Amino acid sequence: MNRRTPTSERTIAWLFMTPALLGLTVFILMPFLLAIGLSFTNVRLGSPLPVEWVGWREYMRLLGDAAFLRALINNLLFALVVVPVQTALALGLALWLNRPLRGRVVFRTLFFMPVVFPLSLIAVVWILIYSPDSNALMNHVLRLLSLGHWRSHDFLHDPLWALPAIMLTSIWQGVGLQMVVLLAALQAIPAELYEAAAIDGARAWQRFRHVTLPQLRNALVFVIVVTTILAFRVFDQVRIMTQGGPENHSATVVFAAVRAAFDRSQVARGMAMSVVFFVIVLVITLVQRRLLKQSRD
Amino acid sequence: MANRKRIGMIVNYLLLSVAALLFIAPVLFMVAGSFKPEARVLSEMDSWRALLPGDVGLQNYRDVFARIPFGRYLWNSAVINGLIVGLGLIVNALAGYALARLHWRGRQTMLALVLALLIIPFEAIAVPLFYQLSAWGWRNDYLVQVFPFVANPLAIYLFYSFFLGLPRELEEAARVDGAGILRTFFAIVVPNAKPVFATVAIVSFLLYWGMYLWPLLMTVDDGVRPLPLAIATFYTLPPVRWGDILAFGVMMVAPVLVIFIAFQPWFVRGVATTGLKG
Repeated sequence: MNRRTPTSERTIAWLFMTPALLGLTVFILMPFLLAIGLSFTNVRLGSPLPVEWVGWREYMRLLGDAAFLRALINNLLFALVVVPVQTALALGLALWLNRPLRGRVVFRTLFFMPVVFPLSLIAVVWILIYSPDSNALMNHVLRLLSLGHWRSHDFLHDPLWALPAIMLTSIWQGVGLQMVVLLAALQAIPAELYEAAAIDGARAWQRFRHVTLPQLRNALVFVIVVTTILAFRVFDQVRIMTQGGPENHSATVVFAAVRAAFDRSQVARGMAMSVVFFVIVLVITLVQRRLLKQSRD
Repeated sequence: MANRKRIGMIVNYLLLSVAALLFIAPVLFMVAGSFKPEARVLSEMDSWRALLPGDVGLQNYRDVFARIPFGRYLWNSAVINGLIVGLGLIVNALAGYALARLHWRGRQTMLALVLALLIIPFEAIAVPLFYQLSAWGWRNDYLVQVFPFVANPLAIYLFYSFFLGLPRELEEAARVDGAGILRTFFAIVVPNAKPVFATVAIVSFLLYWGMYLWPLLMTVDDGVRPLPLAIATFYTLPPVRWGDILAFGVMMVAPVLVIFIAFQPWFVRGVATTGLKG
């Protein structure tokens, strides 16, 4: 009998783990700790001043930084609009496709298609859709719907419209993803539950309310949390479609952090923004864990 | 009664088709516009002709090749993504196996570390990592666009949970036959883990093909820049010619669409289980 010594298993385990550990440490853990550390200093790229510990100064400045607060509010608005609308649309589409239907896979594929498109490409195509030209799609549709009363807008350069325009693009792009997750969850609901409900004489709405929704709970929590986090991660569309403009009306937190550190060399400020962004994501994640745990108890 | 049911079904399919059209219209519009003369891209957007291809043939496509080094961008994207996906599969599968099956001190700590890092979105890392790597003088090459994404907590976690669920008997039988850990892993475990390899490969390809923020920060010239940066700068490059831009878009998304349609069930399953897309 050839029994391996625990030593060789331990060696192999470390051998297997080391490449990943190296990558995780250098490219995630280190920059993460660096962000926290540098956010308490005055470091700038190319500045002659010596680097000093300045405590909470950058965070205090963020509180008074109108552009950053605007970005924070934009992310909140984004989440407040996109999360419910996108989740409701995705749920509607998933329920629609969950009925007996030939060609379900075809429709699922079509709804899902925008998800696989690179955001940068989607952003550029939608610039064209939002073009101020009166023939451009969005202006044309709104003119039709308003029976000709609509005056053409330059959506992406309009303080009122820039953010909603990005929201609409994001909903269009992302709804297929949530739909696929919800559809998978719907199909996992045991048919017996519906049969039992039918025997009890439950109507369609009651079946939805008392069978479907409770069974979908975890998938819904998952979808809502992922969408909320994505709403705070928005960057590509903003950078390409509006550059955060006009006057920060469509800037987001990640956009502000990149602009501070990258375009203006305000490294410490960018780090502090990154930390704030991480704390937001952390809070959302903790809320999710709590909700999922509740359902397990 | 049967008639009414049939009408209901037809209406249902009609409505579904209208909804589906909403989702693919911008895509059709892009393809159609890529074959149009410049003047008609915008002017035909107010009618169904927006979805019909024009008659300039491949002129816009030829323009793209004449105006920018498209082949270079495509090659860059292919190399960067190939390396991220290929190296990622190896590195993350090994780590996932060590965490799921091997006995060693430090296993619990490592698992906790992976789960903790799972929470940190890349956008929170981008600025400090940009600063860190710039301080090391590391910029503007392929590897700086590859290495940060090879080791991935989510991929490790997916491998880890898949290996946990694999029946132990397979590996025990191999070990009784005298196979060492390495042999068992490569000859028994890996061939039985094709689904998780496929899922991880597909999801990471989808994610990184469109990556924009990181190469924007770390690269400065066409020699190493991937496609998403090219499309973004292309429309700021005067003269703005929408036909060319749309032709560029078609060529950029074609590889993804081919893979998407070929691996459709895998794709949907992979995304549904991970819920991931940046």
